[in-house]
Amino acid sequence: MMRMIDFDTLFTIPPYALKKIEKEQLHKQYLDRLFEHHCNACKPYQQIVRVLGKNPPLPVRLFKKYDLRSTGNEEITKTMTSSGTSGQSVSKIYLDRATSARQTKALSKIVSDFTGKSRLPMLVIDSKAVLKNRNMFSARGAGILGFSMLGRDLTYALDENMNLDWKTIDAFCQKYYGQEVLMFGFTYIIWQHFYQTLKTRNKKLPLKGILIHGGGWKKLSELAVSEDEFRMELISVTQLQKVLNYYGMVEQTGSIFMECECGHLHASVFSDIQIFHPENFEIAEKNEQGLVCLTSLLPTSYPGHILLTEDEGEILGEDDCPCGRMGKYFKIYGRMRGAELRGCSDTYEQH
Amino acid sequence: MTNLEKYNEAFINSLGVEEQQLQGLTYQSVDTWDSVGHMQLIATLEDAFDIMFDTDDIIDFSSYEKGKEYMAKYDVEL
Repeated sequence: MMRMIDFDTLFTIPPYALKKIEKEQLHKQYLDRLFEHHCNACKPYQQIVRVLGKNPPLPVRLFKKYDLRSTGNEEITKTMTSSGTSGQSVSKIYLDRATSARQTKALSKIVSDFTGKSRLPMLVIDSKAVLKNRNMFSARGAGILGFSMLGRDLTYALDENMNLDWKTIDAFCQKYYGQEVLMFGFTYIIWQHFYQTLKTRNKKLPLKGILIHGGGWKKLSELAVSEDEFRMELISVTQLQKVLNYYGMVEQTGSIFMECECGHLHASVFSDIQIFHPENFEIAEKNEQGLVCLTSLLPTSYPGHILLTEDEGEILGEDDCPCGRMGKYFKIYGRMRGAELRGCSDTYEQH
Repeated sequence: MTNLEKYNEAFINSLGVEEQQLQGLTYQSVDTWDSVGHMQLIATLEDAFDIMFDTDDIIDFSSYEKGKEYMAKYDVEL
């Protein structure tokens, strides 16, 4: 029988307070328990560790090929999918009530460190239509829902055809004129459907506050837009003070990596990052580029606590970011060359 | 309408449940009380009582009964 994992204690720790040694001790303790739990509850995982040893990083691809779950069928309340481009298989992540509650809690702890405790009026740069199928969420739907708890008066800026809903946006701007608001959306969708329309019409919206966006740079880099350019351009069509990116994956929803005011992505108490040399899988030093491996202490319904991504990244430092947050901070360069072409949450069906 | 009636009505309207189902009703025990339904319920309650929940309370608002405790926290007597 699995020993209870004490998540209540984990959630009392401020998300960016632990220094290296404290965090290592804490993570060791939780990862030991998670390992034990998944070994007991997931047969295929047990077989994998028999070959690969304790707590191996699982390639994200395994979640496409196999149904990996550590909970009974009747416990599963939600299945999340990465919305892979057509013709590709999608990851299926099985969530039970406890895991999804934990994900929401972690997300709220992390993001409120940047947005403050009060719930700001929220403008989602997406269409309500994304949430149509309530049992089978795409990464996009899950992202919107997760963030929606951090705001109030949730308003969608795009209509079903992904066009700007001017009436709604104008009403929102008027209602909260001069106040701080929270805007949220996926990078590519914001660029394509929000920014470009405003730019073409030479319109500037009186929206103040913070924009949080995520979901991959793959498509944006095709359009040759850099992170800095994205930030500057979005500020140019609004009155936003902050435009912050986040990095995360559907396989580890909740424990996302927020970008700070200094432009660095940060690991929180719920997560960690390691970089491997792709040639020999040795752990890379600070400032060496390599394959990104991510830890999340949250999942108990599927064995996704340590995952090998297909992204390339670099650790920039630990405990010494000028923003004052503890933990590792890093940079992501995008998909590793030669990695399978993979959809991310910014893919969407064309109407 | 009493506060309790308003409270009940928020559940009935946003989750599409019957009054008899309310006692013992918990998050995800009916199809409509999923994460989408949850945010609708929260928004309805906030409008009805002119309050604003903390994010933590939204997450922990896990049953009809538990919700009553939170209403008290926001000075709504049921």
